Amino acid sequence: MAWTGNVLRVNLTTGEISTEALNQQWAQEYLGQRGLATKYLYEEIDPKIDALSPDNKLIMVTGPLTGTMASTGGRYSVVTKSPLTGAVACSNSGGFIGAELKMAGWDMIIFEGRAPRPVYLHIENERAELLPADDLWGKSVWDTDEELHRRYQDPLLRISCVGRAAEQGNLYAGVINDLHRAAGRSGVGTVMASKHLKAVACRGTKGVGNLKDPMRFLQAAEQAKKVLADSAVTGQGLPQYGTQVLMNVINEIGALPTHNMQEVQFEGASKISGEAMHEPRPTDHQPNLTTNAACFGCTIACGRISTMDKGHFTIENKPQYWGASGGLEYEAAWALGTDTGVDDLETLTYANYLCNEDGFDPITFGSTVAAAMELYETGVITDEDTGGIELKFGSARALAQCAELTAKGEGFGKILGLGSKRLCEKYRHPELSMTVKGQEFPAYDPRGIQGMGLAYATSNRGACHLRGYTVASEVLGIPEKTDPLVTDGKPELVKAFQDATAAVDSSGLCVFTTFAWTLEDIAPQLDAACEGDWTADKLLEVGERIWNLERDFNLRAGLTGKDDTLPKRLRKDAAKTGPAKGMVNELDKMLPHYYEIRGWTPQGELTDDTRRRLGL
Amino acid sequence: MLRALQLEPAKCTGCQQCELACSYENEGVFNPSKSRIKVFTFHHEGRFAPYTCTQCDEAWCMHACPVEAITLNTATGAKEVSDVDCVGCKVCTIACPFGTVNYNHDTGKVMKCDLCGGDPWCAKACPTGAITYVDVDNAGFERMRAWAQQSPQGPATYNAPRPKDVATYTRTN
Repeated sequence: MAWTGNVLRVNLTTGEISTEALNQQWAQEYLGQRGLATKYLYEEIDPKIDALSPDNKLIMVTGPLTGTMASTGGRYSVVTKSPLTGAVACSNSGGFIGAELKMAGWDMIIFEGRAPRPVYLHIENERAELLPADDLWGKSVWDTDEELHRRYQDPLLRISCVGRAAEQGNLYAGVINDLHRAAGRSGVGTVMASKHLKAVACRGTKGVGNLKDPMRFLQAAEQAKKVLADSAVTGQGLPQYGTQVLMNVINEIGALPTHNMQEVQFEGASKISGEAMHEPRPTDHQPNLTTNAACFGCTIACGRISTMDKGHFTIENKPQYWGASGGLEYEAAWALGTDTGVDDLETLTYANYLCNEDGFDPITFGSTVAAAMELYETGVITDEDTGGIELKFGSARALAQCAELTAKGEGFGKILGLGSKRLCEKYRHPELSMTVKGQEFPAYDPRGIQGMGLAYATSNRGACHLRGYTVASEVLGIPEKTDPLVTDGKPELVKAFQDATAAVDSSGLCVFTTFAWTLEDIAPQLDAACEGDWTADKLLEVGERIWNLERDFNLRAGLTGKDDTLPKRLRKDAAKTGPAKGMVNELDKMLPHYYEIRGWTPQGELTDDTRRRLGL
Repeated sequence: MLRALQLEPAKCTGCQQCELACSYENEGVFNPSKSRIKVFTFHHEGRFAPYTCTQCDEAWCMHACPVEAITLNTATGAKEVSDVDCVGCKVCTIACPFGTVNYNHDTGKVMKCDLCGGDPWCAKACPTGAITYVDVDNAGFERMRAWAQQSPQGPATYNAPRPKDVATYTRTN
């Protein structure tokens, strides 16, 4: 079956915990994880509600391949309505807790209401218990993790929790699991904290079995692992450099957003790249990178484990940061570094540690600091606003101070914690917020990669690279090369990536496998594991259904086609350097045709025909 | 040729594919908590160490067992637990100096590595070659212990999956 068939429902208001059978028809239509939880959310809440009210629900959900021997089969997602965007939020994380929830026998946990006092949920197989967390409230993610491990004396207890940022109302707080893996984007941690739910601690010893055809599954998984091992990206580039393999590549093609997206290339890129993480430091002759590391079941192992220079100004008197911990990935290095102009690898690593330690999204945080820096340099924000922080582009000290304040939600960090949209509105320059639907861009400038402009504008969770990563095709030539500077064919490309990714995100697998896998590699694994017939075509259909369901949620929440847009800067201010010099993103040339092939009206609404075709 | 599992922590990424393979072969479910091989994570050092039974010649567990439930498989050198004979007294778990014999509360028996009858799944599943099944005379256990204790700082390491042939899994349990 692959699904356990069990759903845990936790009413935080009353403290009541109940179990119910998974809706198997929905599992056939929406697969698992992102798709299936979105269906539950869509059916159970009014999309118009305040995301931080008790009416919102928060779902932790696994996929059918979570906990199996499929490579990367350890993913889980946190699905809710986002306080940052007002749209549907689905943040995906690796690490180990996803598999642990499955091993304990659960496909998903649905949290409802709001606890009167802080609580955490302890799960041991079928036993689930809400316990007081007054003593954990106010603690960082790392301290909470340590305390719960101490309390249960079990090193294999897996923990997801929120940090102080979420408690303080930071709108882009994540849910951190296993110390430094994150359901990071769209403020899913903020929702969790609003429910006074500090942590979920889980131990599962039941295992995952009951597959449809286990021996066929093992062989399909084995074949697919060979594809990953034989690929230059998943077999070499990602293990060696992590996602940071992209820093120099994206800089060279002139699509590396710099200084709050004013530029498209960064002269300090090589200093903060994946390659630089391997170089011994002049100070202590050690490299920033200690080793790569895998999430549960992953045969790629792109994760970075770093060890900072103990003498670095950010940590010289803070031994708690001297050990190895989760290092920089490309998105974090870009947002914390390139977008703010800070080219000091150690400071970026420190800021990244703080994002993990107190659970806030480094993409939105870095971009918000970058927007604040532009406002500071133009004199709109003053030292009085920042509490004395000299917020200039390129200032490592300013970045470190901002991260420290944002982690605790203190001083100027309280304002940074609102995200760039609200920060720029507060200072009356909304045009300087580099966001779609209120969520900040990731590390690919859509002037140099045209398809990404459309992918960002139409992403159901606001600007995001993981909803339709056409970079794969436009830059890396996967599965086939397209020209990043043209708009022709991009609506079709974006739709294909969006639908395929929605299916991958619903399977329990990591989207990074798609640097080597297509749905043709994934379908045989699902088909051998899950009831039903799972072909690549069916997965695309499921993906398209999920995409439209998310869209429908957003439309019902009050978003419209007018929200499918990009900041003026990316549509009007041409790239100044690189291969895309002189170009803007030509969203207008792509969007109408995209709506057409989606089967939506010219205003971006679902037609009755589309609903009927997809069974919505 | 008698073969042994050679464990090289420096090549381990902590992915637990070995634990999934082991538990599937032995229990029919993917379940690290029922695996005979374990990967230990040394978080602050950024190191991972896979660890399982070394199949001692003079096996403490075998000698300690009061009902002779642990016997030598002469073909593989493995010390194997007979579930029929095991009474779940756990004396072997105390006797083993390495902690590689463990009690399974679901069955009331102990469990330990039996080398899958000479075709260990963990070695087949390991993507990076951290677990190999080699001539017993070359298994570098001491090197592993020394490595696990070494100073955490050192040159950056990374472990990529090895280009591989497709393994075939056949369940024997």
